[in-house]
Amino acid sequence: MSSLTSLTAARLAALIRTGEVSSEEVTRAHLDQIAAVDDRVHAFLHVDTDRALEVARRVDAKRRAGAPLGPLAGVPVAVKDLFAYVGAPTTCGSRMLENWCPPYNAAVTERVLAADMVILGKTNLDEFAMGSSTETSAFGPTHNPWDLARVPGGSGGGSAAALAALEAPVALGSDTGGSIRQPAAVTGTVGIKPTYGGVSRYGAVAMASSLDQPGPCARTVLDAALLHQVIGGYDPRDATSIDAPVPDVVAAAQSPDVAGMKIGVVKEFGGEGFEPGVERRFHEAVAALAGAGAEIVEVSCPYFPLALGAYYLIMPSEVSSNMARFDAMRYGRRVGDDGTRSVEDVMRASRGAGFGAEVKRRIILGTYALSSGYYDAYYGSAQKVRTLIIQDFRAAFSTVDVLMSPSTPTTAIRIGEPLTDLMAGYKADLCTIPSNLAGIPAGSFPAGLSDNGLPVGVQVMAPVLADDRVYRVGSALEALLEPRFAPLTKEAR
Amino acid sequence: MSRDELLEFDEVVAAFDPVIGLEVHVELATLTKMFCACSTRFGAAPNSQVCPVCLGLPGSLPQVNGQAVESSIRIGLALGCSIATWCRFSRKNYFYPDMTKNYQVSQYDEPLCYDGSVEVDVDGELITVPIERAHMEEDAGKSVHVGSLTGRIEGAEYSLMDYNRGGVPLVEIVTKPVLGTGAGAPAVARAYVATLRDIVRALGVSDVRMEQGSLRCDANVSLMAKGTTTLGTRTETKNLNSLKSIEKAVRYEMCRQGAILAAGGRIKQETRHWHEDGSYTAAGRSKEEAEDYRYFPEPDLVPVAPSREWVEALRATIPAPPRERLAALREQWGFAEPEMRDVAAADAVDLVAATIAAGAAPQAARKWWMSELMRRANAAGLGLADLAITPAAVAQVQGLIDEGRLNDKVAREVIDAVLAGEGTPREIVDARGLAVILDTSALQAAVDAQIAGHPDVAERIRAGKTQAVGVLIGAVMKQLGGQADAASVRALILATLEG
Repeated sequence: MSSLTSLTAARLAALIRTGEVSSEEVTRAHLDQIAAVDDRVHAFLHVDTDRALEVARRVDAKRRAGAPLGPLAGVPVAVKDLFAYVGAPTTCGSRMLENWCPPYNAAVTERVLAADMVILGKTNLDEFAMGSSTETSAFGPTHNPWDLARVPGGSGGGSAAALAALEAPVALGSDTGGSIRQPAAVTGTVGIKPTYGGVSRYGAVAMASSLDQPGPCARTVLDAALLHQVIGGYDPRDATSIDAPVPDVVAAAQSPDVAGMKIGVVKEFGGEGFEPGVERRFHEAVAALAGAGAEIVEVSCPYFPLALGAYYLIMPSEVSSNMARFDAMRYGRRVGDDGTRSVEDVMRASRGAGFGAEVKRRIILGTYALSSGYYDAYYGSAQKVRTLIIQDFRAAFSTVDVLMSPSTPTTAIRIGEPLTDLMAGYKADLCTIPSNLAGIPAGSFPAGLSDNGLPVGVQVMAPVLADDRVYRVGSALEALLEPRFAPLTKEAR
Repeated sequence: MSRDELLEFDEVVAAFDPVIGLEVHVELATLTKMFCACSTRFGAAPNSQVCPVCLGLPGSLPQVNGQAVESSIRIGLALGCSIATWCRFSRKNYFYPDMTKNYQVSQYDEPLCYDGSVEVDVDGELITVPIERAHMEEDAGKSVHVGSLTGRIEGAEYSLMDYNRGGVPLVEIVTKPVLGTGAGAPAVARAYVATLRDIVRALGVSDVRMEQGSLRCDANVSLMAKGTTTLGTRTETKNLNSLKSIEKAVRYEMCRQGAILAAGGRIKQETRHWHEDGSYTAAGRSKEEAEDYRYFPEPDLVPVAPSREWVEALRATIPAPPRERLAALREQWGFAEPEMRDVAAADAVDLVAATIAAGAAPQAARKWWMSELMRRANAAGLGLADLAITPAAVAQVQGLIDEGRLNDKVAREVIDAVLAGEGTPREIVDARGLAVILDTSALQAAVDAQIAGHPDVAERIRAGKTQAVGVLIGAVMKQLGGQADAASVRALILATLEG
């Protein structure tokens, strides 16, 4: 039944609900696919085989007993390894937390479990989500199923690659500067960053608290919406959670109608630094939407080019503080505690050994940016730019319904490339960062292949709490553009 | 440790104007912690009141305790502060094992309460202490250093951490620099903290017990040469565990800094610790560089924006200032001003009030606490409230006197027995057979015997020299082993001699 792994989550849920297949069969098919391909892809850091099958059997029993089942009951899901899940390690891709098992569940973990979904395991990521390639993971990079010599993007490369390699139908991600959307773009999958506060951050190990946002990853727009509905909504444990109903993303994902919609194309995101094949696919996608009745206008967002700089001050500032708790005193990897050293020395040795280069780089950058005497020039200025970007969005959304841009300037780069060219790695998030700074919802959708045969993603951005507009345009794109599958996927089909 | 050179206090205030500034931390008596639902109960088993949030586990997030915000606003209002319409929490970043996140969630440039003042009564003189701010923050855990003689970190073999206190809500109240108090600076510092404590206690938002750490005070002291207006370099003294130590530490710092400045030296800006045992301050571990806390707005929390309606509703719940309460009580109890001032200075207002409420007459209640019990507290080095006797027991002793069952001498014995933990006054009187002799025939027999034994004295009384009755009273009391009511004996002697 290996074809089960190529079905959508929506279809699998329907088959399970009617009893045509069992959740156990579906789960086993995905576990088999993981066993078959993950030594090459390395999407997973931990496969929770026994518990996944146990949960699947429980869902099957529930169905047989006639108990009511949620819309994704029995469907497997892969979980980015920064969401706390009791009974499994939550490593964040770091040596620091190599053996750390949280005593509590993240809100999103709780919600997928409560929805009777089956957690397959934990997926790879850049260390503490800091990176755009999954190469900063202490446990080795994830490989892009389209070309195993290339990165799957990051930080959520594990979740995106698992989808592209048919190891899971849907996955959980988190997006601080593009960590859901950028991997989706370079793996030909769908990734949505909801409105900030739309999905609870409780139990998601923080990178930059004011930017982090958990969200759904999937191969289809409807699957992303179904998962979004499961994990979305108010949670009093997250003070930044929005106490408002989740926008009807599932209905929007089934409404591929953009006639009369006003779509703005961000003028600033194109040209130099953008791969021609990416730009061509983007313009074709926009043209297809125009052909379907959408009104296309070019919109200037003059402060967007400053977003990357502001991001690389605000994000590391918060990182420097969020990473402080990892001092090896209460949990995590402890080094050099031979009974003769002071607390400070043990903390220093443990942090030195536990954190990788990218984490240290950001801690140093952020510590500097927040230092007295530099605060106003760096953190303070960056916050001002953040306000200007919010104003850019506000002005744009006063004239258009959504904004569009390529999701990334290029297709997937080769493993090893971003680490030798730091700025190239940082620029992978050029187009995705503004929506994090403004807290607005945005998604990346597949738009065919570039000249090099690698997938291209296009980004749709909408105003705060208008997540449904992102899905509506996404579903139109899905209907208008020919779907493509990774070679590894074809092999598996 | 070599002791500091000190300048005589009189010489200090002759040459310098002291400037003091006080930072008081008040632990709020909310049921739960500042950012999670853990209990705040004092004295529980170590690390039994912790959760992922106050342990700062990865991924956990804080939620603001609304009750703590309310208590903080009430403290601000009672201190005459303005209440911010919008303010944020900030992170104060520093590494120390008692901080589970290695940052403290506090407030920085946007405090909840600001610009207030407190009227402090120092020996009848009213002094206004200006308040800079009162802000919310979370407490740290507690380090227990094991293996050192002093219980301090120096020389310890290892340290244990108890995070029960971690995350308990605190309000930090900071004064502006207080100038112009001269020789009164130590007393003003003490009176300010005592007044602040009374204000907060009256609000019912904290236990404000210095010995349990629910009220903690750091004292900033600097000296300004007479005739100048530039503030001197200040030191901050921590570990002040009683009102007395605040006064003594301020005085000590003035004398220490005075000696350095008089000798042409310079004061080092530093944190010092008060050593109660030897009554001196000593520099804390010196840091090579000034601490940079890298404050920035706490991104895990949303701003606190108390509505004006809420603030006004809370304003209506603020009781009268303790000074006004004292005036009302003085009136009610009929105390003279110096009497009331003494009671207040001895921190005995609530004890006297409770004793009166338990049935004792106001003056009797005052006398017990301010004389007999004060003497015993001083001898034991305790505060009045720490004595092992309740206001109800004191009222009971007075009740027994009023009934004529105890005289003052026996009552003192009963008090001692209560303090020794032998039971309630009535139980002790019964158990020890201490009650005065009420049996008239027994009293009469003793009176008759002593009149017969002192015919000359009896004659003088009969001749009108009634002051001589004391001799006979003493003799009767001696015969009865003190267990008689002197007033009854006196009346009986006079009646017998007249009859």
